[in-house]
Amino acid sequence: MNDMAQDGYTTADGRKIGGVLMEMRNITLRFGGVKAITDISFDIREGEIRAIIGPNGAGKSSMLNVISGFYVPQEGEVWFHGQRRAPMKPYEVARQGIARTFQNIALFDGMSVLDNIMTGRLTMMKTGLFSQALWWGRAQAEETAHREKVERIIDFLEIQTIRKTPVGRLPYGLKKRVELARALAAEPKLLLLDEPMAGMNVEEKEDMSRFILDVNDEFGTTIALIEHDMGVVMDLSDRVVVMDYGKKIGDGTPDQVRANQAVIDAYLGVAHD
Amino acid sequence: MFYREAGDFKTSYPDDSQTFPIRFDRLGYYAVLLLGFVVLPFVLNDYWTNAVFIPFLIYAIAALGLNILVGYCGQLSLGTGGFMAVGAYACYKLTTAFPDINIVFHILGAGIITAGVGLLFGLPSLRIKGFYLAVATLAAQFFLVWLFNRVPWFYNYSASGQISMPERTVFGIAVTGAQVAPWAGYMVCLVFVVVLAWMARNLTRGATGRKWMAIRDMDIAAEIIGVNPLRAKLTAFAVSSFYVGIAGALFFSVYLGAVEVGEAFGIEKSFAVLFMIIIGGLGSIFGSFAGAAFMVVLPVLIKLVLVDSWGWPTDLAAHIRLMIVGALIIIFLIAEPHGMAQLWRVTKDKLRLWPFPH
Ligand SMILES: Nc1ncnc2c1ncn2[C@@H]1O[C@H](COP(=O)(O)OP(=O)(O)OP(=O)(O)O)[C@@H](O)[C@H]1O
Ligand SMILES: [Mg+2]
Repeated sequence: MNDMAQDGYTTADGRKIGGVLMEMRNITLRFGGVKAITDISFDIREGEIRAIIGPNGAGKSSMLNVISGFYVPQEGEVWFHGQRRAPMKPYEVARQGIARTFQNIALFDGMSVLDNIMTGRLTMMKTGLFSQALWWGRAQAEETAHREKVERIIDFLEIQTIRKTPVGRLPYGLKKRVELARALAAEPKLLLLDEPMAGMNVEEKEDMSRFILDVNDEFGTTIALIEHDMGVVMDLSDRVVVMDYGKKIGDGTPDQVRANQAVIDAYLGVAHD
Repeated sequence: MFYREAGDFKTSYPDDSQTFPIRFDRLGYYAVLLLGFVVLPFVLNDYWTNAVFIPFLIYAIAALGLNILVGYCGQLSLGTGGFMAVGAYACYKLTTAFPDINIVFHILGAGIITAGVGLLFGLPSLRIKGFYLAVATLAAQFFLVWLFNRVPWFYNYSASGQISMPERTVFGIAVTGAQVAPWAGYMVCLVFVVVLAWMARNLTRGATGRKWMAIRDMDIAAEIIGVNPLRAKLTAFAVSSFYVGIAGALFFSVYLGAVEVGEAFGIEKSFAVLFMIIIGGLGSIFGSFAGAAFMVVLPVLIKLVLVDSWGWPTDLAAHIRLMIVGALIIIFLIAEPHGMAQLWRVTKDKLRLWPFPH
């Protein structure tokens, strides 16, 4: 798979990876005196599963927050679909086709599973306030059309039985799954997953891995994910970015990264200078 | 016969998202409508119509409005009294300026004007939240009352400083003014309540309601999934104020007939409506009705029992009423934030399984 031509490459398991979808150029992000990200560049290609790994506090979540418009970097450029992206609000980023999940689950606790997932389609629902208030014609037809799409995701993630349950009452593992469902409901071009398997048992991790692979395979969704479990990362991802103390210390296929001395040092805790 | 969903299978998504998924509930709802429109107007005497049913219907509209803002969108407001005053004065100005137009349009117009004012006072909600927003709406409350007191144009330069409602008719029947028959005013309020409650239900079960609830439950996540927080909050302020404005217009035109702003729409009004939705149930259409009914019926009941039957002094009865309301608010806030509506829901869920709870 090592031919990194402009128009993509073919993975070991025979999937075709396309051109560059998102590119981060020389991103630097500071919080007061703290440098969370220092001069990092990498790209994410169409159809790819891209992992971001690194020890705690390395700046991984901060990087996802930059991509989703939550943090505005002091330096650097974000390119999406071959265009430089002006600084924009998170809801504008969402409308460009980028959806995400959070490290600490961010669901709407007062709403049912179904309503939570339906919120993922809000950017696509266009009927006006008045039509909705009367629930006539267009409003109801639109609601039904989106409900059908959401039901397909519910089937896909095997959460039919909890459809009407208030989210606040679900166990942790299922919450993670509902959050993934909400992100998928938006039919994103690029899906960002911040530690989708943190705190899960082996079985739940296997389920989640399968879902991630299926999403990528069936919908062709490009995925960037942060994960601590090395086994999972090596199995799932096509290419890996390694961060440590806000700097990029490695970038390549799982095999290349595993052989990288700087990465080994970071994970074994070798002293920094 | 039984309260069951068995045999009541849903075969389409519109069926599944209807308001009363259980047939028994649906029938109950039609029965209440029938009672309200056909039976009550004939059996109610003037005292019950004026002292209980008309204020109940009007407060239900105000509670629906405030519940949209507080219960669904999570934006606390203490300005309800002030916004009701906007509705009342807008109705007064419209009906004195255009006496030939039907009063129904003046009431709707009052709602629209109040929606605009609500939108304006909702602007700070992008920057300030929770307690600070509540203080800002409190400022709106005092400013609006002050404005209607101080600017004579609003009360058409009347010597008393009050506004009073001239007689207006609907289909040739007087619904406001001195000659009005109580049932006529009752019918006007009932029609507004039914239509507005139905619209509130539609809004809250669809895309707009989900935006509001997303903002309420976690505004950061709402923004990440594509909700523009300012727009979502401002629609909540506008829709909420529309309801509260109509309630204010009806309160003035149909219920009181003449109004002195500080007395009718003071800060106590803001708290009364807030208490209704806390006791009735935040984020619930049914709860808005339950809370309004409770707050309207309680003083009547206390007067009937304590004062009229047991002969207690009136001021003692009034204090007891305050104590009951206060205690209930504390209990509901601590033990059951979703109010009477949730108690009702739990009872229904038990009933659904009865008599075999396992
Ligand atoms: N909003 C913020 N304000 C101040 N400092 C922040 C903020 N967000 C992150 N940081 C700092 O930036 C650094 C990187 O944090 P980040 O959450 O991106 O790390 P991470 O790689 O996701 O770590 P973990 O594996 O623990 O999730 C940390 O030192 C953190 O304290
Ligand atoms: Mg993190």
